[in-house]
Amino acid sequence: MRLTFPHMGNAYIFVGDLLRRLDVEFIVPPKTSTRTIELGVRYAPELACFPLKVTLGNFIEGIEAGADAGIMIGGVGPCRFGYYAETQRRILRQIGYDIPMYILEPPTAHPLKFYRVFKQLCPKKTLRHLWKELRISWKKAVFIEKIEAYALKVRCFEKDLGSTTKAKKRAISLLENAFSETEIEKAFEEGLGLLNQVEKEDRVAPKIGIVGEFFILLEPYVNFDIETILGEMGFYIERSVFLTDWINPGTKAPVTGHSKDEVLNAAAPYLSHFVGGDGRQTIGHSILFIKEGFEGIVHLLPFTCMPELIAKSILPKISYDFDIPFLYLVIDEQTGRAGIQTRIEAFADLVRQRHLKNILPKKDKINWTQKGKIQPVGVNIR
Amino acid sequence: MKEKYYLGVDVGSVSTNLVLINDKLEVKAYVYERTRGEPIKAVQNGLKLLVEKMGREVPVFGAGTTGSARQLSATIVGADVVRNEITAHAVAAIHEVPNVRTVLEIGGQDSKIIIIRDGVVVDFAMNTVCAAGTGSFLDHQAQRLGIPIEDFGDMALKAEKGTRIAGRCTVFAESDMIHKQQVGHPIEEIIYGLCQALVRNYLNNLAKGKEIEAPIVFQGGVAANKGIKRAFEEAIQHEIIIPTFYNVMGAIGAAILAKEKTDRTGKTNFRGFEAAEFSFQTSSFECHHCSNHCEVVSMKLDGKTVANWGGRCGRWEIGEVERLDFTVS
Repeated sequence: MRLTFPHMGNAYIFVGDLLRRLDVEFIVPPKTSTRTIELGVRYAPELACFPLKVTLGNFIEGIEAGADAGIMIGGVGPCRFGYYAETQRRILRQIGYDIPMYILEPPTAHPLKFYRVFKQLCPKKTLRHLWKELRISWKKAVFIEKIEAYALKVRCFEKDLGSTTKAKKRAISLLENAFSETEIEKAFEEGLGLLNQVEKEDRVAPKIGIVGEFFILLEPYVNFDIETILGEMGFYIERSVFLTDWINPGTKAPVTGHSKDEVLNAAAPYLSHFVGGDGRQTIGHSILFIKEGFEGIVHLLPFTCMPELIAKSILPKISYDFDIPFLYLVIDEQTGRAGIQTRIEAFADLVRQRHLKNILPKKDKINWTQKGKIQPVGVNIR
Repeated sequence: MKEKYYLGVDVGSVSTNLVLINDKLEVKAYVYERTRGEPIKAVQNGLKLLVEKMGREVPVFGAGTTGSARQLSATIVGADVVRNEITAHAVAAIHEVPNVRTVLEIGGQDSKIIIIRDGVVVDFAMNTVCAAGTGSFLDHQAQRLGIPIEDFGDMALKAEKGTRIAGRCTVFAESDMIHKQQVGHPIEEIIYGLCQALVRNYLNNLAKGKEIEAPIVFQGGVAANKGIKRAFEEAIQHEIIIPTFYNVMGAIGAAILAKEKTDRTGKTNFRGFEAAEFSFQTSSFECHHCSNHCEVVSMKLDGKTVANWGGRCGRWEIGEVERLDFTVS
C-alpha cells in the first residue's frame, strides 16, 4: 500500500516525515500547479469550496504517480471541510480510482476512530511509538514554520530582492533533510543563520497582516504568493495561520505568538461564538494586528467559504471602528492573476499614502536597526 | 524657459488613452481610441496621433503608464512609472477636484469606487466576477437595440421614468429587456431603465458598505453617458461632477505620477516618439522550470528581448520589482 495525501504549502514535509518514521510507504504528489487545479475543477462539483477542488487534484496526481490509497484529515463541522475526505473518496471512485481513503479524525473529538485508522495503517506500532515519532516530526514542522514566519518579518529589509526567499528555501530544505532530533535542532540554527546572513538595509517598513482561511493562506500557489509580493514591496508581514498552530490549537508556544484564548478573547466583542473553520480566528487576529500597530490587513478566502464569509461581513465594522484599511480577496479557479496584482498594488499604495500622512502613531513603526525586537521564535514585536 | 511635457498612457480592455500634460499639470493634448485587442498597435498609433497634434519636437521629460496593459505599454514608451489604475484615477481626480471624497469610475470592463479623505485613498473596490455594471454591457445592449452608443445618453434623458430591468446579470438583463420591448414599453424608457439597472448594480454590489460622500467625481468612458449621470444623481440624491477630461483620467494620473517621479530622479526612460515606428514582437511560452508552468510573455525589439512578464518567481523578469519608499511621497 502506498499512501498519497494533498498538498498545503510545506505540510508535505511534516506528513512525509511522520509516515517515514512509522514505516508507511507513501508518494508525495507533484506540487500544486495549473494542472492540479484543472483536474480538481473538472471532477468536483462547481459550488464546492476551492480547497476541495485543489486537494482532489492532488489525489489524482498522487494516484497517477503510483499511489493506491489516500490519507486525509476529517473534521467536525459546521464547515464543509469535515466532508472533504468522504466526498473525494466518492468522486475518485466515480472516475475509476477506487482507492481506500484513510480519514484521520481529530483525536480529541473521535479518539476511537483515530485509533482504528492508526492501527490499520501501522498494525505493528503502538500509540507509544506514534507519540515518540510524532514528537520529533512535530519539532521539525514547528521549526519550518518558525523559519517561514521569520522570513515574512525580515524580507522587507533585504538588500537584494529575492535573497530572503532563496535563504528561506535553503533553510527549509536543510530541515527537510534532517532526521534525528539533534540534526533537526542543528538545521534550525543553521537555517536561522542563513536568514540572518542575508544582507539587510535599514528602512522603514509598515506592517501588513494576512488573515483568512487556512488552506488559501498556507498554499502559496493558490494565494499568488501574496506574502512574498507584499514583502518585496517593503512591508513587514505576519499571518494568522500556521499549520502547527492549526493542528494543535492548544499549543503553549504558537508560531503566531498568540494563543487560541488570546485570539478568541480579542474576537469576542465582535463575534463570541464558533462559526466553523477559522471565522473567529480571522476576526481575533485582525484585532490583535491592529492593536500591534499594523497599518493594513489582507483577508483571503475561497469562494463559497461559509466561516470566512461570516468574518468578511464583520470585518468592515472593525475597519471602520479602528480606521484600518482591509483588502478582501476572494479566490477560486476563476481568479485571475492580473486582477489580484492590480488590487495588491492599489492596496500597497493606499497603505503607503496613509503611512506618509502619519495616520498611525509613530511608535509602532519599525526598522531593521531595531532588529533585536524581531524574534524568530514567534514572539511579537513590542 | 522651454515648457516641459509629461506623457501618460492608459491602456484598458476597451480604450487606449494618451495625454500630454505640461509642468503646470494642464492637459495639452489627448488621444482616446479603441484598443481593439491590439494594445501595441493602439499605443503606437496613439503616439503618432499625439505627434500630429503637437509636432515631433515636444520635449517629454517623463512618461507613466497604467491600465491592464500597463507593463506592455511601459516597455513600448519607456515609462518612468508603472502604476495600477486605482492609484492613477485617484491622483487625477484629486488633481481635478482637490477636495473630492468619492470617485466613481466605470470603464469598458471594470468599474471601481474609490473613497478619498483629505487627499488620500482610504478605501476602494473593483468589480470582481461580472461585467454587468460596465461599459461593455451598455455597448452590447445599444448594439442590440440598433442605437449608436453616442446617442444612448440623450435618448435616456428623454424618458420621464425608467422601466425596471433586472440588471444583476447581462444575460438576464437582455431577456428582461426583450420582454419589456414585446409588451410595448417605449424605447426611451427601456434605455433609461438600463441606465438605472447599471447604477443599481453598481451601488448595490461594488459600493456596498462604502460611504459615498460629496464631492463625488464620476469618470471613465461611461461618464459620457448622460443617462447614467442622471440615474446616479437620482439614486444618490446628490450632484455629480464630471471632469472635463473624464475619459482620459487614468492617463492624466499616470502623467502626474511620471512628473513626480522624474522631478525626483532628474532623468527619464522615455524612448521618444520614434517608439511609434519600432517593431515590437511578442511571443509566449510555458516555462517548465518548476511545476507552476507559468505562461511567460516575452517582448522583443529588433530581435532583442526587452521585457518578460507572467512568471511567478522572478526568473524571467528583467525589470526590477518596484520597492516602495515609505519616507518620501
